[in-house]
Amino acid sequence: MTDRINKLRRESLDAIPTVSSERGTLLTEFYTSGQADGFSTPVQRAKAFYYIMDNKELSFCDGELIVGERGPKAKATPTYPEVCIHSKEDFDMLDSRPKCPFKVDDLNRELHEQKVFPYWHGKSHREKVMMHMTPEWQDCYKAGVFTEFQEQRAPGHTVLGGKIYKTGLIGLKAEIKEAMDTLDFYNDKDAFDKNEELKGMDIAADAIINFAERNAQALKEMADKETDTKRKLELQEMSAICSRVPKYAPESFWEALQTYWFIHVGVITETNPWDAFNPGRLDQHLYPFYMADIKSGHITEESAKELLSSFWIKFNNHPAPPKVGVTAKESNTYTDFALINLGGVKADGTDAVNELSYVLLDVIEEVRLLQPSSMVQISKKNPDRFLKRALHILKTGFGQPSIFNTDTIIQQLLRQGKDIIDARNGGASGCVETGAFGTEAYILSGYFNLAKVLELTLNSGYDKRTDKQVGLNIPSDFKSYEELLAAYEKQLNYFIDIKVKGNVVIEKLYADYIPVPFLSLLVEDCIKNGKDYNAGGARYNTTYIQGVGLGSLTDSLSSLKYNVFDKQLISLNDLKKAIDADFEGYDELRVMLLEDTPKYGNDDDYADDLMSDIFEMFYSAVNERPTYKGGMHRINLLPTTSHVYFGSVIGALPDGRKAKVPLSEGISPVQGADRKGPTAVIKSAAKIDHLRTGGTLLNQRFSKEFMYTDEGIDNVCKLVRSYFRMDGHHIQFNVMDEKILREAQKQPENYSDLIVRVAGYSDYFVDITDELQEEIIRRTEHQQS
Amino acid sequence: MKDINLKGIVFDIKHYAIHDGDGIRTTVFFKGCPLSCIWCHNPESRKPSIQTIKKELKLDGKSFCTDETVGKEMTVSEVMDEIKKDLIFYEESGGGATFSGGEVFLQDKFLISLLEECQKSDINTCIDTTGFVSEGTLRSVIPLADSFLFDVKLIDDEAHVKYCGVSNKKILDNFRFIYANGKNIRLRLPVIPGITDTAQNLKLTAQFAKQFDGVEIDLLPYHKIGKDKYRKLGMDYKMDGVESPSNDRMEELVRFFEGYEITTTIGG
Repeated sequence: MTDRINKLRRESLDAIPTVSSERGTLLTEFYTSGQADGFSTPVQRAKAFYYIMDNKELSFCDGELIVGERGPKAKATPTYPEVCIHSKEDFDMLDSRPKCPFKVDDLNRELHEQKVFPYWHGKSHREKVMMHMTPEWQDCYKAGVFTEFQEQRAPGHTVLGGKIYKTGLIGLKAEIKEAMDTLDFYNDKDAFDKNEELKGMDIAADAIINFAERNAQALKEMADKETDTKRKLELQEMSAICSRVPKYAPESFWEALQTYWFIHVGVITETNPWDAFNPGRLDQHLYPFYMADIKSGHITEESAKELLSSFWIKFNNHPAPPKVGVTAKESNTYTDFALINLGGVKADGTDAVNELSYVLLDVIEEVRLLQPSSMVQISKKNPDRFLKRALHILKTGFGQPSIFNTDTIIQQLLRQGKDIIDARNGGASGCVETGAFGTEAYILSGYFNLAKVLELTLNSGYDKRTDKQVGLNIPSDFKSYEELLAAYEKQLNYFIDIKVKGNVVIEKLYADYIPVPFLSLLVEDCIKNGKDYNAGGARYNTTYIQGVGLGSLTDSLSSLKYNVFDKQLISLNDLKKAIDADFEGYDELRVMLLEDTPKYGNDDDYADDLMSDIFEMFYSAVNERPTYKGGMHRINLLPTTSHVYFGSVIGALPDGRKAKVPLSEGISPVQGADRKGPTAVIKSAAKIDHLRTGGTLLNQRFSKEFMYTDEGIDNVCKLVRSYFRMDGHHIQFNVMDEKILREAQKQPENYSDLIVRVAGYSDYFVDITDELQEEIIRRTEHQQS
Repeated sequence: MKDINLKGIVFDIKHYAIHDGDGIRTTVFFKGCPLSCIWCHNPESRKPSIQTIKKELKLDGKSFCTDETVGKEMTVSEVMDEIKKDLIFYEESGGGATFSGGEVFLQDKFLISLLEECQKSDINTCIDTTGFVSEGTLRSVIPLADSFLFDVKLIDDEAHVKYCGVSNKKILDNFRFIYANGKNIRLRLPVIPGITDTAQNLKLTAQFAKQFDGVEIDLLPYHKIGKDKYRKLGMDYKMDGVESPSNDRMEELVRFFEGYEITTTIGG
């Protein structure tokens, strides 16, 4: 790492996240100044975006090579009042909470409270959502049956494809013009709407071209004043780069990186959608530029690494926007889930690993930053060397890169009806979500608490915590396991219906009120269709519901089937009593439930078959239900951190889990329930039909010694290959020992850089909640004996 | 058909065993051992019959006592079902099944049936043995097994009798016999401070190994994880006060054997 990068990295790590009123103030100024009057919604939104990018303060870090900040300084994080409004209490909590705080100074608080929020009250999207959701939806939401992604963050979760590097924005503007010229006002009733949307996209493109030019000017002025000759030359070159890109297609490696970064800043300023934005297949997009520049001598491997490191640090300067209400309390992370993909296959299906893939892995290892997150795509066509290189980074306990199965991703996308080229150009983003990069809007709509549905099933739909009849009133004195399972299925379908109905309404609200012309410009075929990303303009549109607690639910069903119905060791009534008592006074029963009952994760068909039944039910309830945008609902199985929240709203469970304890995460077994080692976990997890999901998350904790030797790495490599041969989607290894984590709990100040894999993403151990820390420690550590 | 219903007593089946031969393996531990090495870390493997011991469980800071059965009667077909669960891992990694103990040869018919079944299914097999077995039995097993992990603990017979309870004469002869039959065999030396790592034993071991071209040595460092098991089994633990050899010491031993041009690794 060069001194410059070391310094920039340190500054980025030390920068204190703050709430900035800049965006909110500019947005409000625009709407109250009359400039918006009379225009259609997409044109208003595009003009507002232009206004923000034209008036926002420019900010530069000393010595950086890639420029462009969302806020007035590093980690100054804007608000999005058109989406949601922070209350006084939210600001107090953000400012003072011990984990992941955002400092809110008096000036920024005042501007928000006096200028910004009064205008947006009653207009914000979140208020509209809460107004339009049915009482049933509200009850489920409050009971913790599901969460809703789109109530305070915009639909996003998409990834840039390779097009912009070939066309520049000027090429996209030409496409817009062509699309406008071919509109048929005589026969197409939507022609006017399309025209307005396209106008908006054109203005949005200009907004970023202008923003880049503003940066170019500022850099030129800085260069003029600079006394250090080397830096002066750099600033001059940077100024020239910003004058060219992203307006024109990049011609060098440096220009390509700067192109993406301006696009990124644009997307996260427009709405900062959920899971930010993501360059996706970075080693593929950059490779032609890298090779050309290396051949011409314009860059060396070392200078390329410095540019990439500077690029990495830009991501780290941009925390995810602070949330509001209970979500802000539960969702403690600065991570904004940009997940850089390396490896996989090319559009023609051949091995895509190249020299730059390895250079990028070096950078990931060296800069060791939370953001952006990184992953390797492993196809059967990729060499073991590539996977082993990734494992060597993982073994340092950093939690990155995570490991994905390209061949499974492609099959998932093909099954969803995508073109094979689009499928091969795809990958995973966010945590583990499968998508066709550059061509798909794949929205996560909310986590769904599979275990809560069992609790409600056992209580005839009544939720004790919120004291409400939330589910169907089905008698719960089950005489057989089959009867119980049938009731579960009815309840599940009832809740999924409520969720899907809510999704349709929320998608319409976004389509009507919060179009995103800039993001639309970037995702094919929004231009061709003259339709917004939020209205179904993309080539493919998918809405996901993410199932959570599969392991906890399976073990609970296994316990009911085994102990109550098959072996008749305890009556259903007595087990319910013990659950109601949170097992107080039922220690011996609890030992039996924990120790002597078949559990998921041990390659034991007794439990694993029940998991498959649940999978089928969840899949059938959700899969291919139409969305507002003309796409389809699908499932994936990932929790982020919701398994902690979902656990907190559930009492004790029949598997011996006590009340409020986190649920199992992703498709991982219940923490500590897997007793037969990693091959058994993998076999159990492979019984899920990964190809019918849009992503699954499997976390496996390993102690360091497992990967200590080259032979150890070989075996882990083969373990991954075996899982992927069985169509496993993703596997992540947390490499650490308990001693370190316990020490970190005692003296967090000494472990501020300890990064652990949480669930589909990594976070600083000391930043996560105590419960989550405990849970990570509890995850079975597969230690050699 | 008869053979697959043959029963044996197994005390553990370990998956993802990565130190018991090549690749990712599943190791089946047979119960019963004719030796009584004082450092044994698997004392529960010694008695050939099924035992019940007290097991302490901790739950929310509270302790619970439950009975734990050590050893399980299993048919050949039941063991094969467990082994076959991990076929995909063997294929990917060049692994297979390892039979260990206790001493596998105490249940020779059971062992032979398992080896035959593995051979039918193309599963690579490895035998981890003390070598204390009659030549006749060994002769019938050799064509069925792919490789051997063979313990040579002490070369001096008197010491061997003292610490392991039996003479090593047959053991050393059997090592020669397996080697002479062209089988892949690795010599395993448990490094027990003050007992097997004496200058004399190291030298004799090196000289013994040197007679067999290409034979490699695995050094298995002593560790104390067995101690608690002795207590639960009501057995005396005679190793109190003995510490595990340091990494430096292990490295030193590797260099010692490498001095004899014997390829040597720490662990399996």
